[in-house]
Amino acid sequence: MNVLTDNFSLYGKGLLGTVELTVYASLLALVVGFLMASFRVAPVGSLRVFGTVWVTVLRNTPLTLLFFAVLLGLPRFGVVLPFQLFAVLALGCYTSAFICEAVRSGINTVPTGQGEAARSLGMTFGQTLGAIVLPQAFRSVIPPVGSTLIALAKNSAIAGSFSVTELLGTYKTLNELGYSIIWTFIWIAVGYLIVTLTISAVFNVLEKRWGVPR
Amino acid sequence: MSDTALYDIPGPLARRRHRLYGLVSTVVILGLVAWVVYLLFDTHQFTAEKWRPFTYVGIQELLLRGLGNTLKAFAYAAVLSLVLGGVLATGRLSAHRPVRWLATLLVEFFRAMPVLVMIFFVFVALKVQPMPALVTGLTLYNGSVLAEVFRTGVNSVERGQREAAYSLGMRKTQVMTYVLVPQALRAMLPTIISQLVVALKDTSLGFLITYEEFLHAGKLIASNLDYGLPFIPVVMIISPIYIGMCMILSWLATFAARRQRRSPKTEAVEVAAAEPGTLLPGAGTH
Repeated sequence: MNVLTDNFSLYGKGLLGTVELTVYASLLALVVGFLMASFRVAPVGSLRVFGTVWVTVLRNTPLTLLFFAVLLGLPRFGVVLPFQLFAVLALGCYTSAFICEAVRSGINTVPTGQGEAARSLGMTFGQTLGAIVLPQAFRSVIPPVGSTLIALAKNSAIAGSFSVTELLGTYKTLNELGYSIIWTFIWIAVGYLIVTLTISAVFNVLEKRWGVPR
Repeated sequence: MSDTALYDIPGPLARRRHRLYGLVSTVVILGLVAWVVYLLFDTHQFTAEKWRPFTYVGIQELLLRGLGNTLKAFAYAAVLSLVLGGVLATGRLSAHRPVRWLATLLVEFFRAMPVLVMIFFVFVALKVQPMPALVTGLTLYNGSVLAEVFRTGVNSVERGQREAAYSLGMRKTQVMTYVLVPQALRAMLPTIISQLVVALKDTSLGFLITYEEFLHAGKLIASNLDYGLPFIPVVMIISPIYIGMCMILSWLATFAARRQRRSPKTEAVEVAAAEPGTLLPGAGTH
């Protein structure tokens, strides 16, 4: 028990790091994911190809490889940024591929009549997508996006091994201080459960508020 | 043509405009690619010195050994998680309440934990060798996700099948093994393969606990000062192989899905993809 009380600030810092990573990477993933999803349904061929390549490559890339390439590779190009920003970039881009697929299948659940009605009112592609289809698709993608963001929070653990401050990384310090390693891990597990259960609760509320009734 | 009618079939004017947009976006994308290539040249990534290590047999063997270790860990993890998934799914579908509760608890816990935390726990706290630690972590996580996949599959077999089997006087075990599981497995094949892609991708986590897999071999070569730290060349060689392997497996999943959509043998099963690591009720599992 005293593993937690003695090192409360260390655990707090780790948890905060994980939360920060998760929040920033989620925002990036949502923005890029929505953008890529609209690319993939766009009437312009080259954008469709770009979206498809983006999703196919990133979905099949091991996240460790992506971290390896971004955190250790980009500095060799002379791109020097704080490690945390690199981690957000890697996590966000990786997750954006999954968000994109969720949004795209959400777009497909919107009845065809909606798009047709918008078209017959003379709306452009941007207006049809932005004002008619996406808001309705948003309602049906709440659960899959929620589980994707939970996966993101869990994946953020990888960042700890690339010297970014986050929850899993705290075990190293505590191990050196000689604390019981089992209890160290139990509290780390509790920390992750707090983060994932919070996301799950938020999305449950969203689902109740806006979700499509089943 | 999109099936949500986001745009009409373009006329001559719109087609000209789309071609213009296409041209502009292609130029922008190509510009970005060219900029990256320029940066690569500018930072001397294509010098002979940095690519020379790959001509040596020793280094090629090092890479191949790493690839072999990755595939070995994947094979163990895949087989063991299929077994664990089967066991846990049986537990969750059991008629005995304590067994069901225990299995549910295990599945929910292992799905909610980051797989890396489990791997580190086994590696650091239980002081296990890297390879068994990696396989254990992957097995626990993917096994629980697969258990959920199996359970969803069995539950989504049309009710009539189960009822017909019971009315023929079959026992529960017989209903499961002769009627429900064969149909469910066939229908769930794409989802199972997609989960194996996740397992293959996650073998790269072994890099973080010093398991001598593919990425680890790459790191060894990349940190060699004699060849001017050939980091980017290593990434350029490793990533296509890694991504290619995962793509082949993903493609196999798509292929299986397309095949079974035509197959009359899976007609009685409403296929719903089970989301890995879902904590939301109603998402994926029905």
